[in-house]
Amino acid sequence: MRLVLAEDHALLRAGMIQLLEANGFTILHAAVDAASLDAALRDPDAQAAVVDVRLPPGQTDEGLRAAIAVRQARPGFPVMVISQYVEHLYARELLASGEGSVGYLLKDRVSDVAEFVDGVRRVAAGATVLDPEVVATIMARRREEPLDRLTPREREVLGLMAEGRSNAAIAARLVVTDKAVAKHINSIFAKLDLGAADDDHRRVRAVLAWLRV
Amino acid sequence: MTEPSRLRLTAYAAAQLVLGILALVLAILTVTGAALMVVWVGGLLLAISVPLTRVVADAHRRMATDVLGLEVPRPYRPVPSHPWHALVAVARDPMTWRDLAWLVWACTFGWVIALICVLELLALVTWPLWWWTLRPKMRARSQIDLWFLATSRTERLQQRVQVLTETRAEAVDSAAAELRRLERDLHDGPQARLVALSMSLGLAEQLLAEDPDAARRLIGDARTTTSAAIGDLRSVVRGIHPPVLADRGLTGAVQALALDMAVPVTVVADLDGRPPAPVESAVYFAVAECLANVGKHARADAVTIAMTHVDGRVRVRVHDDGVGGADPGAGTGMLGVRRRLAAFDGTMSVSSPTGGPTEVILEVPCDLSSPRTTPSSGPG
Repeated sequence: MRLVLAEDHALLRAGMIQLLEANGFTILHAAVDAASLDAALRDPDAQAAVVDVRLPPGQTDEGLRAAIAVRQARPGFPVMVISQYVEHLYARELLASGEGSVGYLLKDRVSDVAEFVDGVRRVAAGATVLDPEVVATIMARRREEPLDRLTPREREVLGLMAEGRSNAAIAARLVVTDKAVAKHINSIFAKLDLGAADDDHRRVRAVLAWLRV
Repeated sequence: MTEPSRLRLTAYAAAQLVLGILALVLAILTVTGAALMVVWVGGLLLAISVPLTRVVADAHRRMATDVLGLEVPRPYRPVPSHPWHALVAVARDPMTWRDLAWLVWACTFGWVIALICVLELLALVTWPLWWWTLRPKMRARSQIDLWFLATSRTERLQQRVQVLTETRAEAVDSAAAELRRLERDLHDGPQARLVALSMSLGLAEQLLAEDPDAARRLIGDARTTTSAAIGDLRSVVRGIHPPVLADRGLTGAVQALALDMAVPVTVVADLDGRPPAPVESAVYFAVAECLANVGKHARADAVTIAMTHVDGRVRVRVHDDGVGGADPGAGTGMLGVRRRLAAFDGTMSVSSPTGGPTEVILEVPCDLSSPRTTPSSGPG
């Protein structure tokens, strides 16, 4: 898969390139600031992007803005945003920029290489991958309609879905059978009125509903 | 500001004539009341004469400031609601006694000046005299009025220096306390974890040849420790200056705070620009403290935060429909907020009757810088 990478720290950039290339990705462009990221994202050969939130010149949220902008120009373009900090606010903005194909992770999650690479692949395949820390802050909120209808267990499953985990991974985490997970998920879809659509699409819709985007 | 016309000045003089007679009555009432304080009638007389004196004096303050083109603040100290406390507070307010002295001036010499001004206009032959000397006479009368009725510049400066001395000491103290807390947080968190990390790695290095499995486990531990150290650093940095505040300014940062609350929070922000960074930071932490208190104590169902910038002040209102009974003096958090805002001449007022609702109003005088324009992504 051909990626655009944006990361201003030379050390981290070199590390990311090494790690991604070792796992079968091709780095088309390695951008170092907002301007070079904008240029790189215009390359039609790029299939997905991994972007740091903070980039020069402003060192604020340029990466996030570029990610949202490219998804406006190329709907559904997969972007994995990484940051030293995760903000619920930014997660919402990202998710509002289209359905699925977005990831938002803490930078240190990259150290769990297999998990991170899997996350990038899932995002490229259309899933939503959110950092457990974002998920936890949302979990702590008081529930509102229509999420009130979910049981605590269903909420847990929805949280793991938001982290971008597969049914098998959810089953392993909750120590239940795949079948039980499938049952929970179907019940979630029913309660959130997510009727006819393919499963992946419904998963993303469920997560969006949960984030009240 | 335009000078008041001669006719308006004369109208003032006429008003001062009428009020001068009232001043005489009030002076007599006050002195009699004070003499009769031993019996309760004296208190009753004072309860009438003192507030009325303040009304009359306020009218003269307004006229004098208009004549001289000045602005003076209303100089009375706040009066408590309890009658006995009110009496003590009024008696201890130096302005009360200055008012009394002014009454004597206003119904004698001051009254004569006003009379002359009015008569010169009415007596027709003296018109030129009225035309040329009215202004200096009224200015002189106003100057003397203010000499009695307004605190002098020196007094105001003394009070200001007093306030600045106190707030500066508090600001220095709280900055030092912050640094100590920061040092402690770094020492107990990331530093300790990094030490553990280097131990794990050292052990792994030793075991690499003879027991690769154990070495791998240690490296795994090291990675967990690293993540924890990064997490610690993250929370320390958030406590210094939240990244979202740097990115998005006060509005965005408060919205981010609201999102993390378990209670639904509505944020209404009407700020066209950003306050200076230190003010922004102080207001942000103040709002964070209010929300933390709502989360801990209020049992609220809804919170509203309204942020505006009016009359050169940033004004933030945090309102919740919880159980009320919040005491701003009870917790150290709110005290810290008050001190931090005081360093910018900011204020915090809390209204929280038992049964709710609770409303906290933060105000800090400051200018807004023009809003940051989003860089347009032209061809890069």
